[in-house]
Amino acid sequence: MYTTELKDKNQKSAAVSLADEDPEKLAAFEARVAADDFIEPKDWMPEAYRKTLVRQISQHAHSEIVGMLPEGNWITRAPNLRRKAILLAKVQDEGGHGLYLYAAAETLGTSREEMIEALHSGKAKYSTIFNYPTLTWADIGAIGWLVDGAAIMNQVPLQRTSYGPYARAMVRICKEESFHQRQGYEIMCVLAAGTPEQKRMAQDALDRWWWPSLMMFGPPDDKSPNTAQSVRWRIKRETNDELRQRFVDVTVPQAEAIGLRVPDPALHWNEARGSYDFGDIDWEEFYAVVRGEGPVARERTQARVKAWEDGAWVREAAAAHASKRAMKMAAE
Amino acid sequence: MNANWPLWEVFVRAKNGLAHKHAGSVHAADARMAIEAARDVYTRRMEGVSLWVVPSSAIVASDPKETTDLFAPAEDKVYRHPTFYTIPGGVKNI
Repeated sequence: MYTTELKDKNQKSAAVSLADEDPEKLAAFEARVAADDFIEPKDWMPEAYRKTLVRQISQHAHSEIVGMLPEGNWITRAPNLRRKAILLAKVQDEGGHGLYLYAAAETLGTSREEMIEALHSGKAKYSTIFNYPTLTWADIGAIGWLVDGAAIMNQVPLQRTSYGPYARAMVRICKEESFHQRQGYEIMCVLAAGTPEQKRMAQDALDRWWWPSLMMFGPPDDKSPNTAQSVRWRIKRETNDELRQRFVDVTVPQAEAIGLRVPDPALHWNEARGSYDFGDIDWEEFYAVVRGEGPVARERTQARVKAWEDGAWVREAAAAHASKRAMKMAAE
Repeated sequence: MNANWPLWEVFVRAKNGLAHKHAGSVHAADARMAIEAARDVYTRRMEGVSLWVVPSSAIVASDPKETTDLFAPAEDKVYRHPTFYTIPGGVKNI
């Protein structure tokens, strides 16, 4: 899974705080990054770099964790044992991905508690894609194929992002992610080759998930003011529009191969560019979902808060057990 | 009760004969729980046969500011590498 880079309300512009940095240290830092050296936790870094990373990595982690919800919705209703085992494993992977990323963000001096609190209070963002509901089993296929497919497109370049712990987390995540995409596409293949009702279900899922998947890459480059700085610092290695285009180019033939139609009348192959031209994205919808107006945004946050509150006694019991044992050992 | 569990660094031995290698970190109330969390988080695909968990607070790291003092002196000691030495052509097994 992946998150688009979304701004917090209180975010200062990077340019302002850069003026406060020691110019010599800043120059040395920028030279290292430009030479593709990795930055490690104890190295000096500009405050704006640290803040951008904390925001991006924690949003990414939150997206993995919230991303467990739409799919978890179908674990008990998977059509057979094979699909159920696969879906369980996938959802467990997403939890793991969230944990790798939280750990990477913690190396920047922000605590797990702060991040979880920011998610629960609605201060922190997560990917807009998870605020859409999973209405049918075909949605599980569409999520694996499209949502994880878009995630892979985004995450592969992040394996070489300039912050070492983030890059290492991404290497692990990418290794696990390709299973996610393939299992989803396989679900779509089976449905598309099934009864007319099954094929309709697959087409309906593609119709509903196509545009939100394209939105996952974030606002267009000319509306993404942080992109230039993030590319310069090698936090991001490619722009939103470049990645989105690549996703369209690889995904359209996959839809055609199983007889599904991409829901975009403007879509056509542009011989001169060697790419697909595609229709305008409804950015109003995107920004509405970012503002928390997604169809199931409230449900998602409530489910996270409930899980956290319901687990409180477990956390307390584990801590009590640990301190009791420590006392016993000290007494021996 | 402070439910803010300490951080543990996780090291995984991929197979016997190899050293444990740093894989990442987990939060856990105690060592046993850290082992179990590390198992779930870092070895879901047979990545290892053995785990170490170490309280992160127990790790002492060198300071990046010392990097030059600590590691640069090795740069001018190229004679520590076998390729520094010239051997007559035709001489074998050395």
